[in-house]
Amino acid sequence: MSEYILEMENITKEFPGVTALSNVTFKVKKGEIHALVGENGAGKSTLMNVLSGIYPHGSYTGDIIFMGTECRFRNIRDSEAAGIAIIHQELALSPYMTIAENIFLGNERSKHGVINWDETNKEAIGLMKKVGLNEKYTAQIKNIGVGKQQLVEIAKALSKNCELLILDEPTAALNDEDSNHLLELLQTLNKEHGMTCILISHKIHEVIKIAHSITVLRDGKTIETLDNTEHVSEGRIIKGMVGRELTDRFPKHSAKIGDIGFEIKNWVVHDPLNEEKVVINNVSMYFRKGEIVGLAGLMGAGRTELAMSVFGRAYGKRISGTLIKEGREITLHNISQAIANGIAYVTEDRKTAGLVHIQDIKKNITLANLKAITRGFVVNEDEEIVVGKDYRERLNIKSSSVFQKAGNLSGGNQQKVVLSKWIFAAPEVLILDEPTRGIDVGAKYEIYKIIIQLAEAGKCVIMISSELPEILGITDRLYIINEGRVVGEMNTSEATQEDIMTTIIRSSAGR
Amino acid sequence: MNGIKAYINRNMRQYGMILALVVIIIFFGIITGGKLIWPRNLSMLVRQNAYVLILAIGMMLCILTGGNIDLSVGSLVALVSAMSGLMATTLGMPAWLAIIISIMTGLLAGMWQGFWIAFVKVPPFITTLAGMLVFRGLNNIILNGKTLPLSGLYITIGTGSVPDIAPNTVTDFLRIGDLLQLQNKPDFLNVTMLVVGLALSVIYVLFTIFNRKSKQLRGYEVASLGSVIGKAAAFFIVINVFAYWLAMDEGLPIMLILLAALYAIYTFIATKTIPGRHLYAMGGNIKAAELSGVNTRKMMFLVYSNMGLLAGVAAVVTAGRMMAASPNVGLNFELDAIGACFIGGASAYGGIGTIWGAVVGAFIMGVMNNGMSMIGFDVFLQSVAKGLVVLLAVAFDMYSKSKSRLS
Repeated sequence: MSEYILEMENITKEFPGVTALSNVTFKVKKGEIHALVGENGAGKSTLMNVLSGIYPHGSYTGDIIFMGTECRFRNIRDSEAAGIAIIHQELALSPYMTIAENIFLGNERSKHGVINWDETNKEAIGLMKKVGLNEKYTAQIKNIGVGKQQLVEIAKALSKNCELLILDEPTAALNDEDSNHLLELLQTLNKEHGMTCILISHKIHEVIKIAHSITVLRDGKTIETLDNTEHVSEGRIIKGMVGRELTDRFPKHSAKIGDIGFEIKNWVVHDPLNEEKVVINNVSMYFRKGEIVGLAGLMGAGRTELAMSVFGRAYGKRISGTLIKEGREITLHNISQAIANGIAYVTEDRKTAGLVHIQDIKKNITLANLKAITRGFVVNEDEEIVVGKDYRERLNIKSSSVFQKAGNLSGGNQQKVVLSKWIFAAPEVLILDEPTRGIDVGAKYEIYKIIIQLAEAGKCVIMISSELPEILGITDRLYIINEGRVVGEMNTSEATQEDIMTTIIRSSAGR
Repeated sequence: MNGIKAYINRNMRQYGMILALVVIIIFFGIITGGKLIWPRNLSMLVRQNAYVLILAIGMMLCILTGGNIDLSVGSLVALVSAMSGLMATTLGMPAWLAIIISIMTGLLAGMWQGFWIAFVKVPPFITTLAGMLVFRGLNNIILNGKTLPLSGLYITIGTGSVPDIAPNTVTDFLRIGDLLQLQNKPDFLNVTMLVVGLALSVIYVLFTIFNRKSKQLRGYEVASLGSVIGKAAAFFIVINVFAYWLAMDEGLPIMLILLAALYAIYTFIATKTIPGRHLYAMGGNIKAAELSGVNTRKMMFLVYSNMGLLAGVAAVVTAGRMMAASPNVGLNFELDAIGACFIGGASAYGGIGTIWGAVVGAFIMGVMNNGMSMIGFDVFLQSVAKGLVVLLAVAFDMYSKSKSRLS
């Protein structure tokens, strides 16, 4: 047997009109953590779908050799039986079932068709210990955090005696603490149990931290496989991904800051499910025209809740406080009033709440401001095409035409469609919630440029982000939010990551 | 060339449906020895199945909101029929007033259901299941199990046709009557029908040309001249052939005017107005629609209220055709309407589907109903066949969708 556990050779996969993979060669050594990186649309997911049998043998060309034998998977069951487990970005867990039930879902411990619950629970406890999941096995999935859900997925994969574990963006939805925990777990599984892992990630620093080798894909081709035992530099990987040196991760901008355009005063919001619980506690903020203001904080600090409650009470109960726009107090009872008053909110949850996937690009762009293309009662669809084309060009939305379905676009381009929608709504206050989450480096840069252009056009831009380098990279001023309160305000030029983290930790400790 | 290909690809589903309709018509046409397409049968087919078409239009809007259906429409048709009987016969009101009150009853019932669905958030399935029982029960309470005869305007709507403006002037100049070997060959054609058909098609062609010109002037993208001419020509031919066909018998059924008007109004609402666009958006992704300012509760309320209104119209039309209000009217109407929508390409998850699709689906249902009756299938066998067609239509949709995703 060769040193490789997996050899994928000359894989070519074509979709109508597009070659998603062209002659890709991808080899993974036994017992290593092998990272697969590349921009959105580079072909990472397609390659993994080929490997796991989602695209069955025959729908692609090339060979897959796994543990010395040539494989022709017809479906996921085949690849699982061979020992390949894949954990997708969207977790495949059943929310109302317990941890133990989920671990053995589809792989039940049973005898003559009857489930052996004692065996199930015993094994579940063992697996949970192995992945460091500190919960009762009877806990329901919906009641545990995303980080822990991710661990359940790993336990589930381990229960199938997998030889090769594939993780697709496992830390995309996790905060720093949970991410670190997960990465450590992968290293432990790798060292102590010899588990081979393929890690797909946009977070280059994570990849450098734990991978042994790194394969870079670009435009459906293998660019290079780097040996990471010496820790290659971030710049080196990015160069391979985008095909050029990315000297500045953040575009330059010189802010022309004007008067205060929007203010939130004494804002209090209660939990919609538990009206006694205060989620946002007496928050006051101001935003100036032409200024990009960051809202920094940990996951669950209340930033999204704050933004959505301001946006026409899209979140929360028993909301009190005042909103002042252009010096005038405004009352927003619902989202259409918020939009009419020039406020836009770009959701963090692009997939489930940002886009209408089955509709085309142009219809998505006009959705929040159909009035602008309506004369009398009639929506002017020709005008819509013009608008769609205009934004497609201005924001560089990579697509076949404005008639392409939004669901078929890559993450970065989907985000550009969402941004187009809100720019077309012509807001004066733009709240961006995690605008670059799950988006590759090249597209991020373009999104930053769009955000800066909006600020330069004199809008109040509010940006929520969990990535501190990003907040420090493009905002002018920032608020630090923790546990539903504003615990700090800084000019970005004077702030560091350490300052922000220290402020957060002190504010928690001080309570 | 590429543009045309892309256009056809985008509208594949619609062409597929029309093709299916044509195939079914040819099939039953041959099996019935041509009787299916006899002029007399054609106008009967339209009248007999008008209810499916009217209900399918309303049902399509319900389905678009997110795969929601309305199970109560059959019972609601029964309730409104009973109201008609009560008003026009028992209380002796003038027919026009009874008709208005009846349709308003339908609207009120729809608003009642819309209230529970939109504001109390009772799932549509449950709300309309309850409505199904309630409305059917009310019909029996009002009619006391008896059938009441209807007269006057009801019958005109249900069975009447527009008078001939110039009777006995134009002969069957194309000799279609001989060609089809009709039992009662027409001596003269109905001039009203011919004129209406010609006028409609000419207006359409002129409008298409004018519209394209004005778009070009304003700098919008336009379809290629060839495809526009082709489409207009096809429309021109189809309308005039259809008109000629009906002109060989009694002419223009009043019911047909009503159906055409409903089709035009609802197509306009669904494709050209903001509420229509909001409907499609919420069916595609309700969260995204809400965050884009779509008032989804209001939409649900409106859609179900409208369904009640259309059920009211369908009830008047049906009662008129049967010349009576009876306790058994409207049985399984909801299933015909839902079936028509899914045959017509509606997505069971919402957001996809057209009024045109509902109409074609309703016609497919209608031709099958009519054709199978003519060749003497019993009702139970008909039921089996219709059920299988709905299943196959959706299965084919799913199959072609999964294929386009994988290949």
